[in-house]
Amino acid sequence: MVNRKLVGAHYGLIDWLVQRITGVVMAVFTVVVGFALSEGVGSSYERWYGFMSSTPMRFISFLCIVSLCWHAWIGVRDTWMDYVQPAGIKLTLHVLTLLSVIGCGGWAVQILWRL
Amino acid sequence: MTKRILKFNIYRYDPDVDRKPYLQDIEVEVDATDRKLLDALVKLKAKDDSIAFRRSCREGVCGSDGMNINGTNGLACLADLSTFPDGKTIVLRPLPGLPVIRDLIVDMTQFFKQYHSIKPYLINNDPLPERERLQSPEEREELNGLYECILCACCSTACPTFWWNPDKFVGPAGLLAAYRFIADTRDQATNERLDNLEDPYRLFRCHTIMNCVEVCPKGLNPTKAIGKIKDMMVRRII
Ligand code: SF4
Ligand code: SF4
Ligand code: FES
Repeated sequence: MVNRKLVGAHYGLIDWLVQRITGVVMAVFTVVVGFALSEGVGSSYERWYGFMSSTPMRFISFLCIVSLCWHAWIGVRDTWMDYVQPAGIKLTLHVLTLLSVIGCGGWAVQILWRL
Repeated sequence: MTKRILKFNIYRYDPDVDRKPYLQDIEVEVDATDRKLLDALVKLKAKDDSIAFRRSCREGVCGSDGMNINGTNGLACLADLSTFPDGKTIVLRPLPGLPVIRDLIVDMTQFFKQYHSIKPYLINNDPLPERERLQSPEEREELNGLYECILCACCSTACPTFWWNPDKFVGPAGLLAAYRFIADTRDQATNERLDNLEDPYRLFRCHTIMNCVEVCPKGLNPTKAIGKIKDMMVRRII
């Protein structure tokens, strides 16, 4: 096979946008949790439990987990794209990254929903 | 300024003769009338005519004498000799990341391939007007800081992303040129141009490191142009 340079997949923009948006979600989550901690929700297990299992917190912590996973996937894949040239190794790394991100995401959701 | 001795440490490689590249220490005397690094290089060449470098206009217009000067890319003809401290060796290397043809001369094929890939010419299928295609002063204003690029490759060869993926990433010079036509109100291929850059490599490999801005001898800002292209892409989908 002739080794032609292949470019033109149309997900560059979407991934770039997603990276910014998920970044904002994580930043908001961090601020909310930071604020709550400064208000002393971490002082006892009961308070912490009540805080994390409230509906708004369930909502944004789920969003945060999804954002973190998505953000991590794009960020790590970007690194492979930059530095790894052979297509076979690159694909393997992409798949491994994707699988571990999905696995971690699922695990985090299980922990959260156990509350 | 009177006469002055300049010490150089220069990357030398002639594939016909040398098995591998080496560094040469060499000194040259310059006069008060020698103002730019290029003047000193011309004297050097008179002393040792085996040293090879490109140059033509000697005034920052042709873009041919881009090289790595004390670790930073720049044009020899614009580098002021008075800015080099006395007694300190001036280190000259070819532009990084491109194959070396000989000494300070690099093979720019890849660089120009990327430049051509963005179709660096006006695309307009309307019948030619009698005199010229007009723009308002504001529309013309947008092209300032874009059209002045002299394709010296100082920026692209300072860009880590271009080092890793020169075959897929267009590079700052090519992207600046791309925006020059995307921003041109007389051009009719805006959508095609944006489509052409919307993949994960061609434009989005740029990580806003801004090395390109730092080295551009014409004071241009490829990162800003790249940002504006991204902006247009976003506005196109919302
Ligand atoms: S801002 Fe982008 S184009 Fe400029 S040096 Fe950095 S990665 Fe390269
Ligand atoms: S943008 Fe500046 S550094 Fe890059 S090729 Fe053009 S003139 Fe040279
Ligand atoms: S010799 Fe033309 S730009 Fe330096």
